[in-house]
Amino acid sequence: MSDVAIPHDMEPHPLTGMYNGKFGIWLFLASEVMLFGALFSTYVLLRVGAPEGTWPMYGQEITTGNQILNVSLAFVNTLVLITSSVTMVLSWAALKMNNFAKGRMFLFITFALAGVFLVIKFFEYKGKFTHHQVVLKEPLGVDGEKVITSKTDKGERKIAVVNGHAENFGTWEEDGYLLIHSDPTESHDHSHELKIEADKIKRATRWGPNASTFLATYFTLTGLHGIHVIGGMVVILYFVLTGASDWKKRPEKYINRIECTGLYWHFVDLVWIFLFPVLYLL
Amino acid sequence: MASSAEEIKAHLKIYYMVFGALAVLTVVTVAVARLEVSIGMAVAIAMFIACIKGSLVACYFMHLISERGMIFWILIICVLFFFVLLLLPVITQFEPAHSGLVEAV
Repeated sequence: MSDVAIPHDMEPHPLTGMYNGKFGIWLFLASEVMLFGALFSTYVLLRVGAPEGTWPMYGQEITTGNQILNVSLAFVNTLVLITSSVTMVLSWAALKMNNFAKGRMFLFITFALAGVFLVIKFFEYKGKFTHHQVVLKEPLGVDGEKVITSKTDKGERKIAVVNGHAENFGTWEEDGYLLIHSDPTESHDHSHELKIEADKIKRATRWGPNASTFLATYFTLTGLHGIHVIGGMVVILYFVLTGASDWKKRPEKYINRIECTGLYWHFVDLVWIFLFPVLYLL
Repeated sequence: MASSAEEIKAHLKIYYMVFGALAVLTVVTVAVARLEVSIGMAVAIAMFIACIKGSLVACYFMHLISERGMIFWILIICVLFFFVLLLLPVITQFEPAHSGLVEAV
């Protein structure tokens, strides 16, 4: 059974011009384009359909001026992912030049950079889930409130917003109050305990996926991309660990496998290249 | 695709150059986003830069520039349907009868 050779698993197929594994991964990537394409399309529909002034610009709420998304972190993450793409292709190149040790080292660096990307992403996500925002019906009477006058085509409008960071968002008390314990941060309004009458509150929420259409879009797109990063890391780690024996048995086969892994990894990088400006900069 | 060690060595230089270009274009993307331009223009500039970066990754890191044959037809069809997907929201907004009414008012 093991002696049966699969045709074109190493040399190019005359019809497709590439070995079967590579052709397979390209077809998979084409289906991935459709997956992300559908979500990009949904993003366009939601953004174009959003009422004026409700969709954040430059990751920033238009009415309150609050920075929802951290552009600096995403910028660093973009550079990290681009660098990981380079180390991936350098790994393939080293193996092609018959240098296994160097090839595996670059493969491991790629894995480590993917880890750095996810750690930065974790802190970004954590920042959202620990952020609470209370929008009041009237800009009145709450200690630490921030009254903002926003101008739209329909005229001026005053709103009151309380922002803060805390592991626990707050508790709704039986006597009709929302009690917030907020951790002190430089960028937010208050750093103490706050009691707000429930009937004064228009909306109280964390910056989770259910907070707004924008954040739902953000978490869906970056979440799906993050899952792809994790998937890539699993495959890369597998080839780092099993590389030595694979290399001994059939070095050419191992090189092809790394090339296919690389194709997937570059695609993950490519998706981020589009996600970064779309979510953070526009 | 490159096969000999000499050819790969020559490619290494290209990989580093592409890396440099991608890093510079990332900085440019962030810098341009801070310019005071209309949203339409901002989208056009951002997508233009993203397309250049994406093409660099696809052509050089994914070696598409040295591939031949059927893969291009598959990718062309893929890109075509990708744009159809992106156009779907525009099609949903297209209501000639409704827009006629608005003009009449």
